[in-house]
Amino acid sequence: MASTVTRRDFLRSSAGAGAGLLIALYLPSADRLTALGERHRDADGLSPNAWLVIGTDDTVTVYFDKSEMGQGVMTALPMILAEELDADWKRVRVEQAPVTAAFIALRHGRLSTGGSTSVRTSWDPMRAAGAAAREMLMTAAATQWGVDPASCHTASGRISHKASGRSVSYGQVAAAAAKLPVPAQPKLKEQSEFRIVGTRTKRVDTRAKTDGSAGFGIDTQRPGMLVAVVKRCPVFGGTVARVDDAKAKAVPGVRHVVRISSGVAVVADGYWPAYKGRDALGVEWDFGPNATLDSAGIWKIFEDRLAQPLAVVRDSGSVASADPAKTVEAEYRLPYLAHATMEPMNCSAHVRADGCDVWVPTQNQTGALDTAAQITGLSKDQIAIHTTFLGGGFGRRSKTDFVTDAVEASKAVGAPVKVIYDRPDDIQHDGYRPAALHRLSAKLDANGWPVAWTHRFVAPSILAQYGKQAVDKGIDGDAVSGTGDDFPYAIPNMHVEYGIPETAVPVWWWRSVGHSSTDFVIESFIDELAAAGGKDPVELRRHLLADSPRRLAVLNLAADKSGWGKPLPNGRARGIALLDGFGNTIVVQVAEVSLEGQKVRVHRVTCAVDCGIVVNPAIVESQMESAIIYGLSAALMGEITLKDGRVVQSSFADYPVVRMNQAPKIDVHLVQSSEHPGGIGEPGTPPIAPAVANAVFALTKKRVLELPIKIA
Amino acid sequence: MPSFTVLVNGRSHTVDVAADTPLLWVLRDSIGLTGTKFGCGMGQCGACTVHLDGKAVRSCMTPITAASGRKVTTIEGLATEHGHRLQQAWVEEDVPQCGYCQSGQIMSAAALLAAHPKPTDDDIDRAMSGNICRCGTYSRIRSAIHRASQEV
Repeated sequence: MASTVTRRDFLRSSAGAGAGLLIALYLPSADRLTALGERHRDADGLSPNAWLVIGTDDTVTVYFDKSEMGQGVMTALPMILAEELDADWKRVRVEQAPVTAAFIALRHGRLSTGGSTSVRTSWDPMRAAGAAAREMLMTAAATQWGVDPASCHTASGRISHKASGRSVSYGQVAAAAAKLPVPAQPKLKEQSEFRIVGTRTKRVDTRAKTDGSAGFGIDTQRPGMLVAVVKRCPVFGGTVARVDDAKAKAVPGVRHVVRISSGVAVVADGYWPAYKGRDALGVEWDFGPNATLDSAGIWKIFEDRLAQPLAVVRDSGSVASADPAKTVEAEYRLPYLAHATMEPMNCSAHVRADGCDVWVPTQNQTGALDTAAQITGLSKDQIAIHTTFLGGGFGRRSKTDFVTDAVEASKAVGAPVKVIYDRPDDIQHDGYRPAALHRLSAKLDANGWPVAWTHRFVAPSILAQYGKQAVDKGIDGDAVSGTGDDFPYAIPNMHVEYGIPETAVPVWWWRSVGHSSTDFVIESFIDELAAAGGKDPVELRRHLLADSPRRLAVLNLAADKSGWGKPLPNGRARGIALLDGFGNTIVVQVAEVSLEGQKVRVHRVTCAVDCGIVVNPAIVESQMESAIIYGLSAALMGEITLKDGRVVQSSFADYPVVRMNQAPKIDVHLVQSSEHPGGIGEPGTPPIAPAVANAVFALTKKRVLELPIKIA
Repeated sequence: MPSFTVLVNGRSHTVDVAADTPLLWVLRDSIGLTGTKFGCGMGQCGACTVHLDGKAVRSCMTPITAASGRKVTTIEGLATEHGHRLQQAWVEEDVPQCGYCQSGQIMSAAALLAAHPKPTDDDIDRAMSGNICRCGTYSRIRSAIHRASQEV
């Protein structure tokens, strides 16, 4: 899988982005025009870089080069640029960036969306892009008027000169501005000057998402397009032994039956004949070495691995020397999870001798491009990747398996082909959130405060499985998120070890990645230590966060807004949990829970967030609500199990998710901040499972040691 | 293949498809109306909800034979009916995130409002719990339905 993006690569390039951004931003003009393509070329307009075109007709077009999968980048990124440009927001047009060299260069060689990085890595360069254009426009106007640019000011797409009462629109000076050099270090606004950033600006995609006009990948229609459904080996790693396609080909509307890497594709005039054709297809499989793999066997692999030496993630102080008044031990288990986006995986491709188009709901444009180039043998400039709206992503859509399917199928039949996964395909042929097995022990001093923390755990490594980016000395940085130097609490003696169990189950990034596991374990065990030491869970966290003022402030905000410590109706209890990660984001959630028979009912979630400067508070609130519901589905019901080498679950009946009647009331409280923005798409997910589990403990005095939560 | 005629959003369409073809795929693949979504194909998620003679049905489980000669309304045709109010409320409450399920959500909500112009939270739970949203927009959907019901 040469085309696979690794999250480490991605984050590393993002993290290193700061210094090089201004250089990368300003491309030679020829590249700029190539990037924009014929459609967007405005010979007289101003385009200081590929993200922005100011037309002579006053239109401001901002290209967003991230994937809109619900997290609001299509609105938030243009807001950042428009702020520094002093654009009239009502006249800003937002368009998806094409996957071309200029846009790829702006992102240091890779176009992809993940890791809750879009806003935090775009903040500096998109501000600079807007500010540079604004300076050029001001200079152009001032030159025409023969006045000092510093005596001019801008607002809502116009430049004015107070002393002379003159004023001009951006479009009117765009052509003159385009002839000026792009300033290398344009002056940025103070936060107090923001008029767009920080406002509840309406999302630009809402209207299209309420009238059926929004184009998702699955909605792609091209002349002569066929639809393919793929029969895939149910056992991981299995291969096709023999195909009997006579009955499939007899289904009216079926055009082709072709072998592709992932199995046998039935290609037809539409989805329904393709689906029926697949039902009629006879395939014998060679199931390979995994035909007997099951969940019990996988846990045995995990247990055996945990019994062996592991890699040291953190060793600080001396856990051995700490003298305990009390020792606490626990073992936690987390299951594999599927992503289950609403839009099943799909991709459309049209491979020709001299070119290839791919229409795809992807989080990984670079991966899609590499995949298509590899399969077709075409050069990358002969391939056009068209990013559609994504009907949910959650990490799943940074895999390129569905791109491979579509490009291979189109190449095989010589026509445009749309490959659609049905729901069982989607759940049974996913890359799963890795399962995990954790053992912890901690020592409490005579006052009940934790003084030593020993944590050993095993969880499959996504990076190791895909082999692209070797894990560093046996440690997958994603898998150990939150457990090492980034552990949020101050405990004087810590020893943490991690190991990789080898299994055939494909694993992949799932919303919040390693934190989705490690945060459950850490926040549950902290709660356990509070109970063992006779402390209130908030009191213990305050003690351990005494030297972390930002974390402490978010903790206190959540505790305060949730009414922590105040009486609740009989049969209800609260639980709390914290997350620190994704750049600069801290989230604390309090869940208010009761039991209805053996079912956990979550009534209310109070969520406090410090994510630095907030670009759009309405979007941050939505993302917290979304992340909580997503995490709650996993906490209460999410579990992928294996039998006979295959995934047992296949639909929303046996892989259930939270529905309207199970959704808690959610209150989100944002901390005012002037810090650099942090991520928001993922950090709301990790705390909900431990917050609910800790509330269950408060109710039942029984610790939840396994997800999903099961009440005995 | 047999021929069927359906009246979709006020327009008559004649399609030649197998008799067991679900209405969903007639709408999407034969007529080209892609606002109605495929989510599960088993009636579990509600993404494919349309109105058949004014009642909400799962189009993935409704064979063309059951829709033939009847009046179908999809998200594309809803604005001409009471749907406009709901769509406006969806905008006001910032409901959609990825947006994929929202056609089905709005179609279910429109059927709810037609039957219960002033729905309670329990009514909403009953009518809307068949529609899954993986982005978790449930509380905003609830608010938007209440908002739309107040604007009658």
